Amino acid sequence: MKRLTREQLAARVARDIPEGAYVNLGIGMPTLVANYLPRDREIFLHSENGILGMGPAPAPGEEDPDLINAGKQPVTLLPGGSFFHHADSFAMMRGGHLDICVLGAFEVSVSGDLANWHTGAADAIPAVGGAMDLAIGAKQVLVMMEHLTRAGESKIVERCRYPLTAVACVDRIYTDLAVIDVTPVGLRVREMVDGLTFAELQRVTRAALVPPPQDMCA
Amino acid sequence: MVNKTVASLQAAVADVPDGATIMIGGFGVAGQPSALIDALIAQGARNLTVINNNAGNGERGLAALLKARRVRKMVCSFPRQADSFVFDALYRAGEVELEVVPQGNLAERIRAAGAGIGAFFTPTGHGTLLAEGKETRLIAGRPHVLEYPLTADFALIKAHRGDRLGNLVYRKAARNFGPVMATAAACTVAQVDEVVDVGALDPEAVVTPGIFVHRVVVA
Repeated sequence: MKRLTREQLAARVARDIPEGAYVNLGIGMPTLVANYLPRDREIFLHSENGILGMGPAPAPGEEDPDLINAGKQPVTLLPGGSFFHHADSFAMMRGGHLDICVLGAFEVSVSGDLANWHTGAADAIPAVGGAMDLAIGAKQVLVMMEHLTRAGESKIVERCRYPLTAVACVDRIYTDLAVIDVTPVGLRVREMVDGLTFAELQRVTRAALVPPPQDMCA
Repeated sequence: MVNKTVASLQAAVADVPDGATIMIGGFGVAGQPSALIDALIAQGARNLTVINNNAGNGERGLAALLKARRVRKMVCSFPRQADSFVFDALYRAGEVELEVVPQGNLAERIRAAGAGIGAFFTPTGHGTLLAEGKETRLIAGRPHVLEYPLTADFALIKAHRGDRLGNLVYRKAARNFGPVMATAAACTVAQVDEVVDVGALDPEAVVTPGIFVHRVVVA
């Protein structure tokens, strides 16, 4: 089965981010989206540790230990950016001011429940960070993940088995196989990778999918 | 390119509908966006609910909006001042409704709206006329009152400098309610003395980041 690479998936997500959007990219794979934002669009990246207008990684030797992103990696500030304290930063998230957040996930359910902070395993150390605030606060919650686990199990499920990050929060799922909207009538497939049929996608997905509208079929 | 600056005061308030709830910045006249208020008077929206610390001074700005009979209700902490005669007369004639809110609760209710807080407990007002009928809870042995957020359709605020991204800095004590109101309205319109180039405002000193601001207009 043909799959998008992590970079191709990041580029696919980036394509849907419009001019002027205020966006938070979660740690892990979503961070890659920053590398593929269209250069002709002005997009404002928010970082939970108090940055708006975050820029790319600095040149080697230019790193500033006081200027890092949520993943604690060195970043830069673009002209027109600003710094603020943590509660103000989370007010941007919780108050519904961010247009988009892109989050990784362990599982997403049919109703848009998100599990991405804790495996629930007996020896796992729970670490939530800003995940719950982003999931309830951003106007649009996009999930970006591999369609299947390493063991080949569907990460899209009828009901999450992992502990939830938030209930019914996900708007759209981007995987290495498909783009899927969470809608009141179910998980509607918008796009599939070249060569993949709806039947094949459904076969590897452990939740009922709604086929793409006829006019979108290749 | 993102450009939040608008060409005229008229355009900045053109879509305020009748019946809107409007936060207006300022503490007395300091920080009051009087040019935006004049534009709103000319625009003609009526039946407004206005949230401001006071209820107008003299005959200009908010007082002029009241005098033009555009305000159905004032939500404020301190309407009665030496020069609040326009409001005083309307209130005594029963022509304007009044909700008085302790000033800290006013600011915090606005902040709560902007920060996505569903409600908060505060000791301010407990046992008084201004907390009658409100839910209470004993927290750490002290009685508290449950207060709900205040949101608005528009916030009209005044800042000193802004850029096309909506970043704002204020001047002296005219800052007052501006930053918090900017976070709490569906559409925040900032009247500024000057629009500066992107990058001209010190990122350490931006008081209102552009994410909270939708329109910037020079006045």
